[in-house]
Amino acid sequence: MELEKLEGIATAVRRDILRMVAAVNSGHPGGSLGCTDFFVALYFDIMRRKTDENGNPIFDMDGHDEDLFFLSNGHISPVWYSVLARAGYFPLEELKTFRKLDSRLQGHPATAEHIPGVRIASGSLGQGLSVASGAAYAKKLNGDDKHVYVLMGDGEQQEGQIWEAAQFAPNKKLGNLTAIIDLNHAQIDGTTDNVNDNRDLGAKYRAFGWFVEEMNGNDMEEVIRTLRKAQEDPDVPTLILMHTEMGYGVDYMVGNYKWHGTAPNADQLQQALNGLPLSVGTTDY
Amino acid sequence: MKKYEYTDKKDTRSGFGAGIAELGKTHPNVIALTADLAGSLKLEAFIKEFPDRFIQCGIAEANMMGVSAGLTIGGKIPYATTFANFATGRVYDQIRQSIAYSNKNVKICASHAGLTLGEDGATHQILEDLGMMKMLPNMTVINPCDYNQTKAATIAIADHVGPVYLRFGRPVIPIFTPADQKFEIGKAWHVNEGDAVSIFCTGHLVWEAIKAGEMLSEQGIEADIINIHTIKPLDEEAILASVKKTGCAVSAEEHMINGGLGDSVAQVLARNYPAPLEYVGVHDTFGESGTPDQLMQKYGLTADKIVEQVKKVMARK
Repeated sequence: MELEKLEGIATAVRRDILRMVAAVNSGHPGGSLGCTDFFVALYFDIMRRKTDENGNPIFDMDGHDEDLFFLSNGHISPVWYSVLARAGYFPLEELKTFRKLDSRLQGHPATAEHIPGVRIASGSLGQGLSVASGAAYAKKLNGDDKHVYVLMGDGEQQEGQIWEAAQFAPNKKLGNLTAIIDLNHAQIDGTTDNVNDNRDLGAKYRAFGWFVEEMNGNDMEEVIRTLRKAQEDPDVPTLILMHTEMGYGVDYMVGNYKWHGTAPNADQLQQALNGLPLSVGTTDY
Repeated sequence: MKKYEYTDKKDTRSGFGAGIAELGKTHPNVIALTADLAGSLKLEAFIKEFPDRFIQCGIAEANMMGVSAGLTIGGKIPYATTFANFATGRVYDQIRQSIAYSNKNVKICASHAGLTLGEDGATHQILEDLGMMKMLPNMTVINPCDYNQTKAATIAIADHVGPVYLRFGRPVIPIFTPADQKFEIGKAWHVNEGDAVSIFCTGHLVWEAIKAGEMLSEQGIEADIINIHTIKPLDEEAILASVKKTGCAVSAEEHMINGGLGDSVAQVLARNYPAPLEYVGVHDTFGESGTPDQLMQKYGLTADKIVEQVKKVMARK
């Protein structure tokens, strides 16, 4: 898709995120805004997804013969829900139900309410890399040549299970797996450096046998270029260190970890939306 | 008392190994995973025949549970195997989120459950696993009683869509159920017809219940013995029909009395047909090193103890 169009979708997604969390005065805007460009690039350009003759997505749990995406840091659900809706997995209108009673859009993504596009629950951190590895393994056993993507947080790298999976994937030659770490250096209690320093994640993954790339996650063109490169070696999984700014797109949120899990109030919301004008061809939900 | 005899003794984990090897031939989507315990889980035959469908995860149980959940997304039927302690307590949150809440078709196959793990001691002797697993929505919980029943259960769960916890053990014990049995999930097995007392038993305690039934029969007490191999979903109908006939019950399991089969039975009775109930199980304590027989003796998981509890509960009628 043309860059300009992708940027336009990203702006609409950022507006969705802000309005969704403000409406229920809860949720995680910071990481969602920081990862917006990545999600838009992934769903509207990179992933080979099954669609019907009208271009609408076809969702089935098995996901045979299509690329799959897993979100390990489930708390950034607003960006995923917005992108899934805008990619046609469910009505845009449904974003209004986010975090409300009887909604399919749970605070953290889940399969229990059968929301199209979501294949596993996440939220309790550290589990997504294992799940994605299993899905990638199944694709290899099935002779399915499509790819598996998983996004993790950087704070999440403090979980032990991540490193169990980090050993597993290269040892099982899961070259059809690309893991992305949202490197925004922030978590609930402060900066990752202060809370429990991850140190050199690239060196760690390299030592575990991964092919390691870096990219600026807030540069759409660079995101697309890097993600395309990630599928080259059939036997080596790829880890991408994605540098992002928490709260990207909203000036007063950028670089302030307070916005990890805090919703803007009405004035703050308006101020943020004023800085994110809709492009031609996009509308709010 | 109906006569039960055995000609052979085997461990239930070998029943699992035989079951999964047989399944491999009929179910091409069955995948065996282990966390460095392929030998203990008796996976050799499966691995030999289907090396491409075996995944050695190393000592990383949390990852094994996540990988299993991921495999189901590709249509696979993963059998994730390790000791019961590492298959439950160690990975409860992984099971809860990625398997139970997500309703994935993972079969958690847990060996060396309970005190009969023996000499390794309390660190490995989990006695809380049935409780943890039965509390999880979507989870089916099965605890078979001998080699043949374990083999049949291993095969049966492949055709049940949804997460299953299958619990078995290490010691060599009598084989007393038929080799050609059909295993029906959630359908209790009526071991003996009687009207004096109901004995609800599971796992290694079923043979003990049979021995207890023989002792009681000699004293003119005919026990209604029911094997509850499926802890969840519970065969409430069988439990109620039995207690309506006998008026009292004893539960027998190699598990903590808190949260085990006995608690499930108590709940059914309290809700539907209040009646005296006594427990045979472990009372709020950890195990210790010893031979399986010594441990079962010391912690009161024997035929004698069942008889004692029967007398006690009958006096309360």
